[in-house]
Amino acid sequence: MNLLSILPVSASAYAQQVDALYLFLVGMSVFFLVLIGVLITIFSLKYRRRSAGEVPAKTRSHYQLEIMWTVIPLILVMVLFFWGARLFVRYSMPPNDAVEILVTGKQWMWKIQHPDGRREINNLHIPVDQAVKLTMTSEDVIHSFYVPAFRVKADVLPGRYTTLWFRPTEVGRYHLFCAEYCGTEHSLMGGLVYVMSKADFEVWQKADGGAAGVGQLSPAAAGEALFKAKGCAACHTETPAALAPSLHGMFGHTVKLNDGTEVTADENYLHESIINSQAKIVEGFLPIMPVFQGLLTEEEIQQLIAYIKSLTADKGEGS
Amino acid sequence: MSETQATTVNETNYLNASSTLRSWLLTVDHKRIGILYLVTLTGFLLIGGIAAGLIRLELINASGRFFSHETYNKIFTAHGVVMIFFFLLPSIPAVFGNFLIPIMIGARDLAFPRLNLASWYIFVIGGVFGLSALVLGGVDTGWTFYTPYSSTYANSHVILTALGIFVAGFSSILTGINFIVTIHKMRAPGMTWFRLPLFVWAHYATSIVIVLGTPVIAITILLVACERLFHLGIFDPALGGDPVLFQHLFWFYSHPAVYIMVLPGMGVMSELIAAFSRKRIFGYTVVAMSSMAIAIIGFFVWGHHMFVSSQSIYAGLVFSFLSFLVAIPSAVKVFNWTATLYKGSISFKTPMVYALGFIGLFTVGGLTGLFLATAAVDVHVHDTYFVVAHFHYVMIGGAMMEFLGALHFWWPKMIGKMYPERVSRAGSILLFIAFNLTFFPQFILGYMGMPRRYHVYPPEFQLLHRMSSLGAGLLFISFAVVFGSLLWSLVKGKKAPANPWPAKGLEWETSSPPPTFNFDRIPEVTEEAYAYETLFGDEPGPTS
Repeated sequence: MNLLSILPVSASAYAQQVDALYLFLVGMSVFFLVLIGVLITIFSLKYRRRSAGEVPAKTRSHYQLEIMWTVIPLILVMVLFFWGARLFVRYSMPPNDAVEILVTGKQWMWKIQHPDGRREINNLHIPVDQAVKLTMTSEDVIHSFYVPAFRVKADVLPGRYTTLWFRPTEVGRYHLFCAEYCGTEHSLMGGLVYVMSKADFEVWQKADGGAAGVGQLSPAAAGEALFKAKGCAACHTETPAALAPSLHGMFGHTVKLNDGTEVTADENYLHESIINSQAKIVEGFLPIMPVFQGLLTEEEIQQLIAYIKSLTADKGEGS
Repeated sequence: MSETQATTVNETNYLNASSTLRSWLLTVDHKRIGILYLVTLTGFLLIGGIAAGLIRLELINASGRFFSHETYNKIFTAHGVVMIFFFLLPSIPAVFGNFLIPIMIGARDLAFPRLNLASWYIFVIGGVFGLSALVLGGVDTGWTFYTPYSSTYANSHVILTALGIFVAGFSSILTGINFIVTIHKMRAPGMTWFRLPLFVWAHYATSIVIVLGTPVIAITILLVACERLFHLGIFDPALGGDPVLFQHLFWFYSHPAVYIMVLPGMGVMSELIAAFSRKRIFGYTVVAMSSMAIAIIGFFVWGHHMFVSSQSIYAGLVFSFLSFLVAIPSAVKVFNWTATLYKGSISFKTPMVYALGFIGLFTVGGLTGLFLATAAVDVHVHDTYFVVAHFHYVMIGGAMMEFLGALHFWWPKMIGKMYPERVSRAGSILLFIAFNLTFFPQFILGYMGMPRRYHVYPPEFQLLHRMSSLGAGLLFISFAVVFGSLLWSLVKGKKAPANPWPAKGLEWETSSPPPTFNFDRIPEVTEEAYAYETLFGDEPGPTS
């Protein structure tokens, strides 16, 4: 990295779009700073006081000027607003081909689960040109997942899921930082994002016999095992007489609640319904599910949700 | 403007009217209370400055050298809490607003003199809580106190610090109410709203923000304390709370609080530019109304601190839009100040050097604010040194430069002594250079991706950090020159005439220092503010 360059490395197309907007802002700022600076210098020299008793004539107010320097900046900032907003909106929508990776922040480390079950701590290995969507939560305080080379950042909150996505275009190693102050070792909470060529990534994936070789199940498979171990299957029997609602084909669809309202069954809804099961009761069912607050780790909840999502994907109704 | 008050040398003034400690601690004279605040706030500035020095010292090395992580975190928290809550928020209003508003509007005191003294005591009590938290081991949450870290996880003196801020807030509210009532009810005959100096307009706008905003931070702090002490689930999701709710409440106050800090500085700015170019402020009405616009729009932009907080993207877009709008009145002010210089008679006394420095630094601060209002750019630079640099350009470049400009401009009036012009001017120029060396590299650091509040950092950022630390060392030297020469003038300074510059405004028509009740006779105002074309009346040449 060239220390004298004013731009950090960029490793995605999105990063270059942000840089373009940034450079426009820099150019505009330099223009106005020079404009003000030159005016002040000229006035200071030309109108410096030449005798102690000097009294200049009164200047009349000038409303055309006032309107001009209100309207021109207004037009400029509207350009900035729409340019920034367009990028911001585009960046907030992960593409459909994105691979989902689960991230859990905790004081002071990042825990990462790949779809094949492989896990990492503080590092993230991904293939180049592959869109990646991170679904993130925290086990304690607020953290923030920040990769400067992709110009992306999102806070990672306890009790809910946030997402972040990027499509790296350059092979390399990039900083991963926690950007939200999270306590004593905040500045150590980070590592590296390894963007690898497809071939290298496959080698990395298959090392030690792959995820299964190191005894790791995919999140959905681990979730299925938990689903049985924690006794969920006792009520969520998927039979007409079941005491609990069917989970097949539910994810991403509308669920009707017993107070007449409707919610979309997304990650945040499932998270709440697991740890605080009394909050929203599905129409036609009784509030009999135990509260799992404190009984499951965030990673386990992520695995259960991955399993529930797989039940919808199996039916070919994936969202 | 009005009939000049007859003043003779060596008559009693507010400073020598009585000299016992009791007469200072029980004074209800707005001018003495202003001096009490000046002394108190300078103490806090020193503490906050030492903390800043320790931060820059530690960051000379990428891996840290002197402090543990915990100590470093406590130092930057102390710096932020002390500088914001115990220096910048009260600074210009409590010192100069207190001292000058009654004189500028031709009144003998604020509307509620005893309440004014009570405000100082309340501030001191708040300060004692804040300082005792520091002495007992400090607090490590950052000045922003984000939950659930502050409410559940931090093992430090959160409650004591919060209590200090809570109590000091009441001092602000009472001062704000005092200013609003005074400006409405105590103006001298002929002092209409649009004859008010812009300093008074700026304080009027500031007072409204203080009175409306401060209760919100007080409630927020109470809620954090309730969660910490009684485990009421408000912000911590483990207790059923919402961590982002805290950020909404916090920034609903703390963004307008930025305007509490910078609006009075803009008021000072208008006085200085007018006095040292001998011109009525260009677009007086527009400048006055832009203060009000900033005060009002400033309440609707808090969400721009939360673009990456999980706030809905639609909310993000609205906040981005409104944040751009609030930039316009500030830009308009800068253009009007610059236009005031046109065909003026410009002199470069120390206060004017601060004023011109302010235009430059505040322009950088304002323009970089546009970067942060631009949602997609903010996502990248949020919580990096870019924000740190922007904030310091606005707060030090803006509020602090104007605090010093005001201090030099009204020093002869307040103390009755002249500061040494050449040394003080050299100090102000050195300060300007040192400031830029300290904070400009932080913009680059921020865009490079250096997160804020990092004790250790990747080595490639070390060069820029070292430039910044070098600048901080220079800043310390310049502050020593600036305050040293002021202290020197206390003893050795030449006696100040009633109107040394000379400048327009009622405060320059009474003696330096003013008598206890400001005016022998309440003046009658017959002309607009900054009527510099009548500066010398019939007699040409300066009055001093």
